Amino acid sequence: MKKLVFIFFIFLVLNNNKLLAYSSEPKSFISELVTEAINVLSDKSLSDEKKTNVIELIAKENVDIKALGYYTLGSVRKSLDQSILEQYNNLFEKYFLKSLTSRLSEYSDQTFEVTGSEQKSANYTIVFSNVKGETKSPEIKVNWRVYTKNPNKPLIRDLIVEGLSLAKTQKEEFASILNSNNNDVAKLLDRLKEFINN
Amino acid sequence: MTKFKLPFVAFTIALFLSLSPTQSKAEKECFEKVSRSVFKFNTALDNALLGPVARLYNKLPQKVKEGTGNVTSNIGRLLSVPNHLLQGNVSDAADSFGAFTVNLFFGIGGLNDVASAYLEPTQEDLSQTLGVYGVKNGCYFVLPVLGPTTVRDTAAMVGDTFLDPFATMTWRQKEVLNETFNKSNYVLYKGADAIDFRGDNDTNIESLKKNSIDLYAATKSLYLQNKKNKIENSTGNEEDGWGNLDK
Repeated sequence: MKKLVFIFFIFLVLNNNKLLAYSSEPKSFISELVTEAINVLSDKSLSDEKKTNVIELIAKENVDIKALGYYTLGSVRKSLDQSILEQYNNLFEKYFLKSLTSRLSEYSDQTFEVTGSEQKSANYTIVFSNVKGETKSPEIKVNWRVYTKNPNKPLIRDLIVEGLSLAKTQKEEFASILNSNNNDVAKLLDRLKEFINN
Repeated sequence: MTKFKLPFVAFTIALFLSLSPTQSKAEKECFEKVSRSVFKFNTALDNALLGPVARLYNKLPQKVKEGTGNVTSNIGRLLSVPNHLLQGNVSDAADSFGAFTVNLFFGIGGLNDVASAYLEPTQEDLSQTLGVYGVKNGCYFVLPVLGPTTVRDTAAMVGDTFLDPFATMTWRQKEVLNETFNKSNYVLYKGADAIDFRGDNDTNIESLKKNSIDLYAATKSLYLQNKKNKIENSTGNEEDGWGNLDK
């Protein structure tokens, strides 16, 4: 019996690793990851909860959520206590994942194609892609900012949809909240908690 | 005093304000509290009217939607012609005029975009032209119904009605080839264009509403990013502070 449990455990680990292991070449990385995400989202045999869990797992492994959170917070992060920063990181991850899964469920009928890439620096490569719906809706250009400092483990840092950076938009949202509250990060944390709990 | 004198004065004042160095920061607000109130009104209007109309529009047969989008895009090319010329892009102006003419005569009045197989015209307006010549945004504010704008873009919007041959034909009722149009043609075109845009972007707009913790700031950011990309003909892939994160 112990042997059977062990085999089952190994199977689960291998299965999860298969889900999380993508190519380290930025173009293939994005292509494999997004294709997998679309397959999960369009799989009718999976419950919504299961889909959300899998997408969250993919995002946690392949999106640089912590760096995205720091970028979004802007220069204020340099003056924050470690404990507040950790609280922010924790809330930002929940906020990001909730926002991501809510958005992705609306895009399950999309087709996706990677069209090219451009290395911007040693640390960044932009991967170009086109996304199209089932109906004859207009094709959308989506560019992915991939962080390649560790060439074996690329990470997504931003999505640029038709030239509009989602990270920059989020950064300016956060800056607006901070500006209207005398840079009080507690107010921003309250807004994040409000979003997470709604 | 001619009937064009007042808009011309307003245009000049607005342009002067845009050129003023104190107004050069893109993120600067003209009157944020008022703009936020107007934005709330616009969002309510969108929830009650434009959004539902756009979703009904999305239920129309694909051919009807495509035809509407093609007609409004084709009319929009008329405005691009003088703006390309003002920017010194003669071949782009020829592309825009060529695409308009080909679609008008061979695309059943613009219902079919037959020109796209041969030409790739880009859309240009006066705010882009002014931007190309270095006129800054000026401060940001929100207009009732019309939405986000800046001092430069509002001035340009007024200026566009003088540059746009379709606006001249319809809003000012100038006779062209023995045809007379009226203001309702212009309003119909602008309304169809707005519904087509809102319908195409319905999922994204609703998602933005649901996932923003400050929708006003998100909309402002998207508007200003889009305008900057259009003026610079860029793709939004700039570093934008990402490099500083790793220092």
